[in-house]
Amino acid sequence: MDYIKAFVIGGLFCVVAQILIDKTKLTPARILVSYVVAGVILGAIGVYQPLVDFAGAGATVPLTGFGNLLAKGVHKAVTEQGLLGAVTGGITAAAAGITAAIFFGFLIALIFKPKEKS
Amino acid sequence: MSLTPNEYEQLNKKYSPSSKTWKNCAMAFLVGGLICTLGQAIMNISSSLGLSVDESGAAVSISLIFIAALLTGLNVFDNIAKVGGAGALVPITGFSNSIVAPALEFKSEGYVLGLGAKMFVIAGPVLVYGITVSVVYGIILYLFHIV
Repeated sequence: MDYIKAFVIGGLFCVVAQILIDKTKLTPARILVSYVVAGVILGAIGVYQPLVDFAGAGATVPLTGFGNLLAKGVHKAVTEQGLLGAVTGGITAAAAGITAAIFFGFLIALIFKPKEKS
Repeated sequence: MSLTPNEYEQLNKKYSPSSKTWKNCAMAFLVGGLICTLGQAIMNISSSLGLSVDESGAAVSISLIFIAALLTGLNVFDNIAKVGGAGALVPITGFSNSIVAPALEFKSEGYVLGLGAKMFVIAGPVLVYGITVSVVYGIILYLFHIV
């Protein structure tokens, strides 16, 4: 059952983005930025976490989930450390994703050859 | 009814985008859904190995980022993105691809200002806006004593 929930909710996030790309002038880069910012805001006002509880990876894997993670980290850190947490919380929570993307990105770019220009 | 090529083109433009949009949306749903299902599988495996919810989430991110980076290096990701559109872009795989693709492409311009700098062409703005909004959220939480 959790696979079906992840499939449907994750798929719907992608459909919304596809409609935005097809119907508006939003470039993919702007979609990615909008999704992360939307995730932070939805996480901040408390509506994203229930979706994560419901859909699991269907809500955490889309980039809105990355935004929600930033908001969640900030919330936790501000609770524990006060104002300092506003600065430390986001990246602390998102550290795995950011570092993995930089490290693997560097490694793969180093090893592989760029695509032949056609 | 006879149509000039120009009229035909206008009619074509008028009617074909919606069917194209339907197809794009279906493919985005399918590919995006499958990537999230794969994420859920990694999540379930991680928690069955005794990882906490947060740790499992990190394992999902790291795995999907690695897979997408590798597929980008192997020139396979582009084909998935061509079929899946936003379905490949919106999951964290798209974030990974947005780092590896320009890093590879601009490697010829050097390892510092080529590979090292260009990997953030898209990921940079994502981090800038995501982190900035999250800091503002933290300041609001603190100032208004919400926590």
